[in-house]
Amino acid sequence: MALDSKIPQGPLAEKWTKYKNEINLVNPANKRLIDVIVVGTGLAGGSAAATLAELGYNVKAFCFQDSPRRAHSIAAQGGINAAKNYQGDGDSTYRLFYDTVKGGDYRSREANVYRLAEVSANIIDQCVAQGVPFARDYGGLLDNRSFGGVLVSRTFYAKGQTGQQLLLGAYSAMNRQIGRGKIKMYNRHEMLDVVIVDGKARGIIARNLVTGEIERHSAHAVVLGTGGYGNVFFLSTNAMGSNVTAAWKAHKRGAYFANPCYTQIHPTCIPVSGDHQSKLTLMSESLRNDGRIWVPKHMKDVEAIRAGKLKPTDLAEEDRDYYLERRYPAFGNLVPRDVASRAAKERCDAGYGVNATGEAVYLDFAAAIERYGKEQAHVKGLDENDPKVYLPLGKDVVKTKYGNLFQMYEKIVDENPYETPMMIYPAVHYTMGGIWVDYNLQTTVPGLYAIGEANFSDHGANRLGASALMQGLADGYFVLPYTIGDYLADDIRTGPISTESPEFDEAEKSVRDMIDHLVNNEGTKPVDYFHKKLGKIMWNKCGMSRNEKGLKEAIEEISELRKEFWKDVRVPGEATEFNEELAKAGRVADFLELGELFAKDALLREESAGGHFREEYQTEEGEAKRRKEFQYVAAWEYKGEPKDAVLHKEDLVYENIEVKERSYK
Amino acid sequence: MSGFLSSSIGRKFAMALSAFFLMIFLLQHFAINILSVFSESAFNKASHFMGTFWAVQYLLQPVLIFGVVFHFVMGFVLEIQNNRARKIKYAKNNGGANSSWMSRNMILSGLVILAFMALHFIDFWIPEINTKYIQGDMSGLHNGEFRYFHELEEKFHSHIRTIVYCISFIFLALHLLHGFNSAFQSVGANNKYTRGLKGFSKIYAIGIPLGFIFIALFHHLK
Amino acid sequence: MNLTLKIWRQKNANDKGKMTDYQISDVSPDMSFLEMLDVLNNQLIEKGDEPVAFDHDCREGICGMCSLYINGEAHGPDRGVTTCQLHMRKFKDGDTIYIEPFRAKAFPVIKDLVVDRSAFDRVQHAGGFISVNTSGNTQDANAIPINKHDADKSFDAATCIGCGACVASCKNSSAMLFVSAKVSQFALLPQGQVEATDRVLNMVKQMDEEGFGNCTNTGACEVECPKGISLENIARMNSEYLKASLKG
Repeated sequence: MALDSKIPQGPLAEKWTKYKNEINLVNPANKRLIDVIVVGTGLAGGSAAATLAELGYNVKAFCFQDSPRRAHSIAAQGGINAAKNYQGDGDSTYRLFYDTVKGGDYRSREANVYRLAEVSANIIDQCVAQGVPFARDYGGLLDNRSFGGVLVSRTFYAKGQTGQQLLLGAYSAMNRQIGRGKIKMYNRHEMLDVVIVDGKARGIIARNLVTGEIERHSAHAVVLGTGGYGNVFFLSTNAMGSNVTAAWKAHKRGAYFANPCYTQIHPTCIPVSGDHQSKLTLMSESLRNDGRIWVPKHMKDVEAIRAGKLKPTDLAEEDRDYYLERRYPAFGNLVPRDVASRAAKERCDAGYGVNATGEAVYLDFAAAIERYGKEQAHVKGLDENDPKVYLPLGKDVVKTKYGNLFQMYEKIVDENPYETPMMIYPAVHYTMGGIWVDYNLQTTVPGLYAIGEANFSDHGANRLGASALMQGLADGYFVLPYTIGDYLADDIRTGPISTESPEFDEAEKSVRDMIDHLVNNEGTKPVDYFHKKLGKIMWNKCGMSRNEKGLKEAIEEISELRKEFWKDVRVPGEATEFNEELAKAGRVADFLELGELFAKDALLREESAGGHFREEYQTEEGEAKRRKEFQYVAAWEYKGEPKDAVLHKEDLVYENIEVKERSYK
Repeated sequence: MSGFLSSSIGRKFAMALSAFFLMIFLLQHFAINILSVFSESAFNKASHFMGTFWAVQYLLQPVLIFGVVFHFVMGFVLEIQNNRARKIKYAKNNGGANSSWMSRNMILSGLVILAFMALHFIDFWIPEINTKYIQGDMSGLHNGEFRYFHELEEKFHSHIRTIVYCISFIFLALHLLHGFNSAFQSVGANNKYTRGLKGFSKIYAIGIPLGFIFIALFHHLK
Repeated sequence: MNLTLKIWRQKNANDKGKMTDYQISDVSPDMSFLEMLDVLNNQLIEKGDEPVAFDHDCREGICGMCSLYINGEAHGPDRGVTTCQLHMRKFKDGDTIYIEPFRAKAFPVIKDLVVDRSAFDRVQHAGGFISVNTSGNTQDANAIPINKHDADKSFDAATCIGCGACVASCKNSSAMLFVSAKVSQFALLPQGQVEATDRVLNMVKQMDEEGFGNCTNTGACEVECPKGISLENIARMNSEYLKASLKG
């Protein structure tokens, strides 16, 4: 099947308006006759479910957590971008569009990104109307901060928990609809298959995680807002339960999976402390606004620090290597995430890592504390040159800005970041790849939609900070509710979809077979054993930098591991009860397939772009080298084993932006 | 408004209001009692006034009795509800880590105060009612003199009664230490005066019971 | 470190349940509490036993999914953290640790340490929102300036993660801190005023129907709250409730 991205004709800035004017609408009386399933209740799923219910559709929403509010969007810290230009610093829809496409290393779809930038301002209005308590200045107006990879301040924030506040906004909108009976909420339910009837998505098979019951749910359309697949690496900043299962099942039922190899490795995470580690903790990128990143210049100092003989605070300024400021004078510590991550890896690979594992660099707030402290001392008319005066003042300023992050760091690492520099290291954070969707956010299966991180569309090969929240809410509040209406307009006479059909029988049976196999396997190793092993292969061979040899090995190893998994995994307990191991086993089984496709995709992409760095393709200075012939989206069609997946290309056309070498120097 | 008293917040509000009323009464009670330390005749005059003035006897006294009964009945109702809200108790609970003993044991200090009130009624109130309304002697005289001060002194001859009174006042202090503050919280006091009010409540909670102990000891040791 | 764990085991909602002892060795002080339980569970699975079920998800203290009553305190002995952020360095070699589910009639046990907190969701269905449709035509976000002090206070209330530690710590299993945080977030903002009366009446009604106990202002909830939600919110809700009741 050829890929049709269905981008509307006309000038870029008019596409979305024109599209909205021309689509089919469903009249309010008919919306009552239409059911929509929304899987996932994060920013994308939650906002979509609420908006569709407001419009009048009957929504069934599903989440595997015990409440919609717990979806992992909640953990986003730094902020949300919007082209409001409240700061008057030259921001505009075009500039947000431009920054996003450039930040994504020219691997995203122009029309989608422009639409995203266009609706971004509405998101802020909507959230404020819902009562989201964004940070404000003393005049009572909304405050902004700047984020990596851009030259304007367009990021709205709520201290270090913007994600939670935005999600609570979407969740409150859902609550209103749940209270009205327009959303039927299924907590602690996991989607295990999508049901296709006559070529259209018409329902899902879900497992009630409390009772173990396998349930059939039908609808006229199915929306997946199920997030990303970063947990294929085992260690990531994703929640423990974040998984690819819903997306992967959709892929197996005909939805193409695009650019799986585009993974974002976030530069500011707390380093791994040992083998017991179950997940990694992100420290908001906003810290790079004030923190300076460095490693010692000389190997002898590195050794002394690791041996505990030298404190980082005692190292003289001229013996420190502020490598981001050195390499990228224009953006300094505020280069995009992929660039910052690779630079940290480069220093650590060269042996300059500052902790016992050699995988950590410093993020130092001493300069910021001094600068803010002196400012405050000046304002208060105190002695600006007395450290006893300005240091406590500076610490107070830093505390109001990043207090909760500093506290989190201290709890985990047991060191005081006000006194000694933080240690950070990159970790898997976000996946730009995902289910392929057209301009309507519809997958290659009619009636099956993918929104938020679950789809691939807007971030290209690298996502800019504070853009994930923007995309999730844009899709859910302002895009999907229009595009899905265009599709559903044909369904007003369909009537309720029956769950008594051969298609539902078949889907339920395949789910039951899988579960029966897992609980009756009588293997010897727990699920985590396989997940950790998969994670190691992924991190070592498909991580921050990749090469042909490693990727080929990874494909072999993952395929072997998958066989071993099905032979030797032990799932205790029964299928008909609360059984976390069983849920985990199902998720890891899918990761074991996705991992291989991931490596295959990375092997195919013989270039470096954004989060995908192939060692064979770099410039003389070690920067990513894009190649014109790879200016396409790689969308994979499922054909059984991941190795048999068939590639479909969607060429990326840039008519409104000049494709340039991405430079942050 | 009909559902107000069946709601958790409404009941707590009523609890607080009755508490405020009882605390005002306590203050008044204290003010008269302390007179006994300074002047026998002043104490007698005040006692006679309170015991015979119609508005006190027929208006305030029933309200007071209602307040007392309401406060402890509602206290029991809430306690039973609260117990039902957790069917299985913790095997290990470290309540001291997060809250004061007083706040966790209001029902206990309340029961001690209730028991004390029974004693107090037997000591003073029932004989009063008997004299005034059953025997019909409204004169307040005994052998030609006011009887109030002598009755008071007589009661505090006993060591045991004095000790029981003192212990009860300690429990009263414990009850007030949490209760007074808590009442402000229950009526939703949340402004710039709240801190000052809470400071005042501490002084009251310790000062008044201490004063009562002083009066008891004063008459006992005299 | 070597530890003795006393853990509540309960097969399902209908099972009676009991405390069971487990020994665990080689615990690193850098482990989080939940990572220690992961290790225990993998040992149990390898021995052919059933692992201990517990709720958890983000493991960075924000989703509110993790719970556990550890040594008599919600989220354990540390302050300002959820169980997932509690580290084993807070314990000593040879310690005995009691691990129980959050207990309240309104939070029935599903299995082992997993409880059902959907009562919290239902309280919010009753009024935890501002009724505004998504249209794209909402007024500009800066059209109503909001005093920074109020905005910050509203934010502080909104930091509640809905974990239920307040209910678990309260001797009365009262949900007042949670509900008051939700009420306060909106009560402090101009956007929330229109529906203020119905909101507080409906949310408190639902709270009472769920079987939570009454607040006796012990303050245990505030101390154990991983996000430091202030008791001030309860006072605010009380006065909002009074105002609303008077208005009818």
